[in-house]
Amino acid sequence: MSNAPSPFVRAALDAAATLPSTGIAWLDAARAENLEAFAATGLPEGRNEAWKYTPLRALSQRGFALADHATAVAAVIDPSLYALPGVEGGRVVFVDGAFRADLSSLDADGVELAPLSGALSTHPEPLRFALANRYRRAAADAFAHLNAALATDGLVLRIPDGVALAKPLHIVHVSSGIQGDSAWHVRVLVEIGKDASAEIVEHFVSAGAATQLGTLVSDVVAREGARLGLVVVQDASVATTLVRRSHVRLDERAEVTLHALELGGALVRHEVNAELVGDGARFDSRGVFALSGRQHADTQLEIRHNARNTASDALWRGIADGRSRGVFRGAIVVSEGADGTDASLSNKNLLLSGQAEIDTKPELEIYADEVKAAHGATIGQLDERSLFYLRSRGIPLVQARSLLTLAFCRAVLESLPNEALREHLGELLVAHLPTSLAAE
Amino acid sequence: MHMLKIDNLHARVEGKEILKGLSLAVKPGEVHAIMGPNGAGKSTLGNVLAGRDGYEVTEGSVTFDGRDLLALEPEERAAVGIFLAFQYPVEIPGVNNTYFLRAALNAQRKFRGEAELDSMRFLKLVREKLKVMQISDELLHRAVNEGFSGGEKKRNEIFQMAVLEPKLAILDETDSGLDIDALKQVAEGVNALRSPDRSFVIVTHYQRLLDYIEPDFVHVLAGGRIVESGDKNLALKLEEQGYAWLADTHPELRKADLAGAPA
Repeated sequence: MSNAPSPFVRAALDAAATLPSTGIAWLDAARAENLEAFAATGLPEGRNEAWKYTPLRALSQRGFALADHATAVAAVIDPSLYALPGVEGGRVVFVDGAFRADLSSLDADGVELAPLSGALSTHPEPLRFALANRYRRAAADAFAHLNAALATDGLVLRIPDGVALAKPLHIVHVSSGIQGDSAWHVRVLVEIGKDASAEIVEHFVSAGAATQLGTLVSDVVAREGARLGLVVVQDASVATTLVRRSHVRLDERAEVTLHALELGGALVRHEVNAELVGDGARFDSRGVFALSGRQHADTQLEIRHNARNTASDALWRGIADGRSRGVFRGAIVVSEGADGTDASLSNKNLLLSGQAEIDTKPELEIYADEVKAAHGATIGQLDERSLFYLRSRGIPLVQARSLLTLAFCRAVLESLPNEALREHLGELLVAHLPTSLAAE
Repeated sequence: MHMLKIDNLHARVEGKEILKGLSLAVKPGEVHAIMGPNGAGKSTLGNVLAGRDGYEVTEGSVTFDGRDLLALEPEERAAVGIFLAFQYPVEIPGVNNTYFLRAALNAQRKFRGEAELDSMRFLKLVREKLKVMQISDELLHRAVNEGFSGGEKKRNEIFQMAVLEPKLAILDETDSGLDIDALKQVAEGVNALRSPDRSFVIVTHYQRLLDYIEPDFVHVLAGGRIVESGDKNLALKLEEQGYAWLADTHPELRKADLAGAPA
């Protein structure tokens, strides 16, 4: 093994050197520390269990400069690119990682909403814990370090205690498509106050197919009795490498529901770590990936029950066509003393082609006594009898496959309360289903 | 002019020859019943005609309205007018019954170069046909066959047939597992669809169904071939005497070919 940094690491170091000082000593220090930590380890390698099924060898041989801020801010973006039915409240738009005030509307009633760059320039101190101390203590992985070292913008959102956000908040990450071989890094901090409620839609789209790397690190805190509906729609171009990491903390009686739709991207990694730290908290998650071509999507779900009478229900589906590869790890950890936990996890997958691959790994670790936990994972193919039944009624093979595949995913979408959005996402999913499959 | 002409059909399933020179000709408006002992190839015939994978035709021909049926994909066969009512209709969770039926009808119409039906006109059609089959609206809102009773599944098959209006309907043991009331309902549905240009091939193990759907011809399928043909009286004879007597006139049939007489 050579100790020379990979092209990926060299480019990250070069990129960091171009960043000016933030003018905030602790932030500059945190960035430097994170950069050092990243450079020391580089990208995770195959022997790292958490990355076993997502090899990064090819990525490590590529270098990404930081996306140019001036170009990102000037890029012409058609808002219809990210219009979503049922999502017509406040909107925050980032283009190549840069906040776009002209495309955003931050006037959500009674809500504190600001781009990270703005919050840092006015009141940096409240952000210190999240942006600095956190990484000094936690064993963060390479991408979290990279994000902490290079992210210059992001979002700070706080829903005050008792406030119910009337309309869904739309957070959009657009790839302009005009900055090839560039990288963006965005940091998001969300706090849903006591008994407050909100629906947030996180949306990834591309205006063009430029090779780009994006990293996103989110911290979400749901205070006592808070309710949060979080929807992730990832419809980036197939030239995109996207690494997202969300940490969700649930206090007493907080309820968070995640719906995730992974449709685009070349290489996508999504880590969700939910920590139920308050009694009676509930975390439900539903997700589906629909992959084709040479796409690779990796979802890492970890749900930690650290308090009494907490519940989680996870229902994930995967579809892989062409030469794509899907990876799913779903772990439920029930800590000592977390009695009364009720946890279930189901992961079902469909392989639509002989060259596609799906790796799924459900894990259950239980250290408490009175616990109800169930988990299971399957990988299969479309039912031939059902296919023939549909065809015998006149439905062409390709349409029959789409129908059955959509039916397979329906469970994931059906629990989404926003009807207009649910219908739209169903159509989006259909549009991503294979159309090129010929009869065997 | 024959609508369906099967000539010397040989077919294999999993390497085993099941149909061994079957011939049958059906004219428009005719109802043909096909009876026979277990393992004679009755269900194979329906599956071969509908184009199911795994049924390999090794010899012979099937023409439908003058075209080579065996060259068509299953969905194309449906579009030119073939309908198979399944012995075991499949449950398809997540696919709405109405949506499925409209997709099927419109796919067929598109294939035939006809205009697709919008949802208003489709619903109107469905309401008309529902009356015929005495099916409740509620079944339409459920997933295809999901949680349906045996009788509901079979009635749903006939209901689909009513909506799709095929030229040739093949009923594969549609009567199996039905109580007498359900059997009558299915028969009424079929009779309502009889017309001078629609034909039926009714594959059945029992004579009972033929009390309610009167066939023009009755055939005995044994050893992979039609070995005897007649009118409805042949069905009555089979009901009384079973199949063993066929060995006298057809010495080539083995004992095993004639086992499994109707109950």
